[in-house]
Amino acid sequence: MPEIKVTPLGAGQDVGRSCILVSIAGKNVMLDCGMHMGYNDDRRFPDFSYITQNGRLTDFLDCVIISHFHLDHCGALPYFSEMVGYDGPIYMTHPTKAICPILLEDYRKITVDKKGETNFFTSQMIKDCMKKVVAVHLHQTVQVDEELEIKAYYAGHVLGAAMFQIKVGCESVVYTGDYNMTPDRHLGAAWIDKCRPDLLISESTYATTIRDSKRCRERDFLKKVHETVERGGKVLIPVFALGRAQELCILLETFWERMNLKAPIYFSTGLTEKANHYYKLFITWTNQKIRKTFVQRNMFEFKHIKAFDRAFADNPGPMVVFATPGMLHAGQSLQIFRKWAGNEKNMVIMPGYCVQGTVGHKILSGQRKLEMEGRQILEVKMQVEYMSFSAHADAKGIMQLIRQAEPRNVLLVHGEAKKMEFLKQKIEQEFHVSCYMPANGETTTILTNPCIPVDISLGLLKRETAIGPLPDAKKPKLMHGTLLMKDNSFRLVSPEQALKELGLAEHQLRFTCRVHIQDPRKEHETVLRVYNHLKGILKDYSVQHLPDGSITVESILIQATAHSEDQGTKVLLVSWTYQDEELGSYLTSLLKKGLPQST
Amino acid sequence: FFQYCLSGHPTLPCNVLKFKSTTIMLDCGLDMTSTLNFLPLPLVQSPRLSKLPGWVLKDGSTFLDKELKECSGHVFVDSVPEFCLPETELLDLSTVDVILISNYHCMMALPYITEYTGFTGTVYATEPTVQIGRLLMEELVNSIERVPKAQSASTWKNKEVQRLLPAPLKDAVEVSMWRKCYTMPEVNAALSKIQLVGYSQKIELFGAVQVTPLSSGYALGSSNWIIQSHYEKVSYVSGSSLLTTHPQPMDQASLKNSDVLILTGLTQIPTANPDGMVGEFCSNLAMTVRNGGNVLVPCYPSGVIYDLLECLYQYIDSAGLSNVPFYFISPVANSSLEFSQIFAEWLCHNKQTKVYLPEPPFPHAELIQTNKLKHYPSIHGDFSNDFKQPCVVFTGHPSLRFGDVVHFMELWGKSSLNTVIFTEPDFSYLDALAPYQPLAMKCVYCPIDTRLNFIQVSKLLKEVQPLHVVCPEQYTQPPPTQSHRTDLMIDCQPPAMSYRRAEVLTLPYKRRYEKIEIMPDLADSLVPLEIKPGISLATVSAVLHTKDNKHVLQLPPKPPQPPASKKRKRVSDDVPECKSLKPLLSGSIPVDQFVQTLEKHGFSDVKVEDTAKGHIVLLQEAETLIQLEEDSTHIICDNDEPLRVKLRDLVLKFLQKF
Repeated sequence: MPEIKVTPLGAGQDVGRSCILVSIAGKNVMLDCGMHMGYNDDRRFPDFSYITQNGRLTDFLDCVIISHFHLDHCGALPYFSEMVGYDGPIYMTHPTKAICPILLEDYRKITVDKKGETNFFTSQMIKDCMKKVVAVHLHQTVQVDEELEIKAYYAGHVLGAAMFQIKVGCESVVYTGDYNMTPDRHLGAAWIDKCRPDLLISESTYATTIRDSKRCRERDFLKKVHETVERGGKVLIPVFALGRAQELCILLETFWERMNLKAPIYFSTGLTEKANHYYKLFITWTNQKIRKTFVQRNMFEFKHIKAFDRAFADNPGPMVVFATPGMLHAGQSLQIFRKWAGNEKNMVIMPGYCVQGTVGHKILSGQRKLEMEGRQILEVKMQVEYMSFSAHADAKGIMQLIRQAEPRNVLLVHGEAKKMEFLKQKIEQEFHVSCYMPANGETTTILTNPCIPVDISLGLLKRETAIGPLPDAKKPKLMHGTLLMKDNSFRLVSPEQALKELGLAEHQLRFTCRVHIQDPRKEHETVLRVYNHLKGILKDYSVQHLPDGSITVESILIQATAHSEDQGTKVLLVSWTYQDEELGSYLTSLLKKGLPQST
Repeated sequence: FFQYCLSGHPTLPCNVLKFKSTTIMLDCGLDMTSTLNFLPLPLVQSPRLSKLPGWVLKDGSTFLDKELKECSGHVFVDSVPEFCLPETELLDLSTVDVILISNYHCMMALPYITEYTGFTGTVYATEPTVQIGRLLMEELVNSIERVPKAQSASTWKNKEVQRLLPAPLKDAVEVSMWRKCYTMPEVNAALSKIQLVGYSQKIELFGAVQVTPLSSGYALGSSNWIIQSHYEKVSYVSGSSLLTTHPQPMDQASLKNSDVLILTGLTQIPTANPDGMVGEFCSNLAMTVRNGGNVLVPCYPSGVIYDLLECLYQYIDSAGLSNVPFYFISPVANSSLEFSQIFAEWLCHNKQTKVYLPEPPFPHAELIQTNKLKHYPSIHGDFSNDFKQPCVVFTGHPSLRFGDVVHFMELWGKSSLNTVIFTEPDFSYLDALAPYQPLAMKCVYCPIDTRLNFIQVSKLLKEVQPLHVVCPEQYTQPPPTQSHRTDLMIDCQPPAMSYRRAEVLTLPYKRRYEKIEIMPDLADSLVPLEIKPGISLATVSAVLHTKDNKHVLQLPPKPPQPPASKKRKRVSDDVPECKSLKPLLSGSIPVDQFVQTLEKHGFSDVKVEDTAKGHIVLLQEAETLIQLEEDSTHIICDNDEPLRVKLRDLVLKFLQKF
């Protein structure tokens, strides 16, 4: 029985270093190639030695697909392709292809230049890696090879994020990457058609959360920012350069304009301006409203938001600062956090999910005394707020996507085990499909039951569909044909055509049975009685009395002769071919019972 | 498989394909050359135009002098300009299931089709095609609606009257079908029926047909289309280019193995080399400006203008034109310039790479930033304040019959310092200029048409090797003005089938196979038998289900167990229900082995007689004889069913079932 095998190398019952191996109909595909923000050792990258111990990765993998530019989905890519060694195709959307190398370079700089790590990938490796990338359009069917095809669907989440369908013959898998089922201020909602995959691999970051309306969260956010600024406090919003940052900028920009506020808003690092450029140039990937109005007003040109300089952090008075990275695990956001943490007037707003091990995760779980590098203890007096703005589908959204795609099986990744367990039960109950949640390194095998596509000759098909008007549901019509299998081609043709094509002659098998009937009448009278008898019983058949004295029932021939010795006995010769076997056999047994008393 | 040809214009096609059970319209181009018969619509009162004399018949009758005006020996209709629609009577257009659009120039008749024919289907087009198509329509509607014309002439259209008119009015075809321009609500309604598609996206139509747009290299989002079932493939090539300009290159490989290739939208100027024309354009422009004259470039608001601006961007500094203002005047100028920058995925590789940096793909962003290029919605308002001469103005419409261009023709036409440069190939420039004669201004004709020329076509056809080529009749003969140029026509084997307006073609191909799916449980039950080396066969008896044009074979249901009732059965209950066919047989029966088999199964009195064609095997006691011949076996016996069945099964052992 054909099967699909799935092994997460990362993101199995975990968030971070997404990397999932899928084997489908003899093809091996790697979905995402991410890094883990919670680790600084070997564990930050997936364990690629799992794929093959001594062969080349290129020989084993047919392709790699990257769902979006977040580092937990693409951060290990240069390591994988240039240091471990992979030369096959890597697929991603255009915006991902544009933005991914910038984030990788940023990541490399922090790791190598700031932390001083060696044996890390270089700038050149990032460039070489990106040369292997093939950009795909939404909904384009990309033929990876003759059998394997992939197709991208819009996923919301961040600019250029996509879900991917992987298909070989009738078997298919959909991988969601990260997605968002509700449109936000800058992106649209994820969408997929009813493609009925054998397996849907879905993220489950917010497996147990059902979020309140976006409007409420936005109002809350603005209120908190406003209050802090009013009392002279500073607001730190750790974000990733691309994604949530733009949404929150749009939000604050319009609020500042409406309320006529004067407190400065800054955006850290030079990435911002560049980032906004990407949003302008890839505006077709944003939501309907922004796309419609961009000619009059480009939403990504901000009036109130200025570039941040490190020195500004010590300025007196209120301000709002967006700083990267989003989980407070390194870089500028962490620096500013250390400066402002001691003042209770200040506030840090965490607008997204934080991976275990990061400072962000620690303060969100209530820790107020943090051990920093060099055994220093940092006391957090500033207010810590969490607002879920990260654009992941919540439980409702995940269920909605399953309803849209109608998969035969579901597999959860990119979430925490406990929450997954809950969602798994819910999915199984509501959709009656199997749901899996393998841990890293654990293989899930799903049996598929693919149909076999065959070429049927139009002659045969027309013959079958022409026989009756509409097939009666209760009495399904049988179709007879011969399946010719040659090399890898399967053709269903009529038996006659099969014989002809193979250059074979038909062998006719005919039966003639002698049936003795007691009837003293003249031969032709006997024949007439037989005819009437058959006519009365075989209402659905064509029964004919021919001028030469014989009877036909369909193509079965019945002739009567007198018995040579006994004039009171007539001999009926019933003759039929093998193709009429059932009817012929039935007729002889019917006639053997004799004729009914004459009327 | 039919093709209904609704337009005779080779670059503004409109064909309807009946393919399997679907009705597919390929493009709906609007022939706007009809507007050349009309007087221009001036934005401001033009004393010259309003003083043109009415046309008088030879016999002196003046009944047409309100409708027809004469200018320098040409006669023009003084009325709202009208367009020549595709044929609407050839078939019932409400039966059209889908419309496939190949590029924004080929969708201008869409509102007429979707809003007036009872059309209820879907239109498919790429996003740039829709956005830019919308801009073209907006500009068209705007430039006609802003100059309301009281008069709508119709007397001249009367067949008896038209006969009396001078050429070209006399020869204008289907004048009764000419229509006024649509309105914005109609445009919006038509565009709302469009579904966006991407290159290489497979779109299923009713499960029977799959359509796929492919990059055609001609304009932003321009596409060729593949229309195919599992066994037939029609390629629709419309407006393709192999030159490297701004759009994504043409996808040729996917056109291979077509049964039929419909070829439309070739270059309208097969003798002009686009690169050379661009060079001439630049030098004429520079010369005029240096001499203190103005340059007028009648153009569409999107397309070639992007390439021209890019050339000028590279050219102006070296040509010393850095201080000359460039104006782009169109109600959609701003939108067009903005939209061109956001379709990174539809651009050629070089431009895509720029977006990755991220920089705007077109340099006109920089021209705007440095104030070298300015754009205005019309000549009214800001433009009149900023206007400085000498300058270069890009504006529409290329027919010179409406839009801001009319104003500049009137304004600059009297001075020989000025130049009008024609770059759009859709209209004859002499005809376009006719109502402005006599004209002192210089006229330069630099048509830039990047679409395929005949050399490229023949190379393309050699490469993709379609079984049949279908094209407009114009492509199967040399151009009428250059009848000796036999190289300016399509040359292929077998010769291309040609069509003309209002013709119905029967497309030459025959389907022989169809796809069917065998359900897994049925597949498991099949018993393949190797009949020849490498060829196996299995007989299939199954239930055929057909839904949404998809066929599936399933295991036949198990016959229901007869209820064990004690009720006496009626004879007719046993009648075999349906004619369940037995398979055909093949093979032959070697007599010796057959006899051995019979003996093994307990027949001890077997006797064999030779006959002319084979043998007769006699079972004496059972009074049964079996005739064995090369291709037939005949069992003749008494009515002893168990015996007959036994013999039957022994015979079948030697034969193969089909």
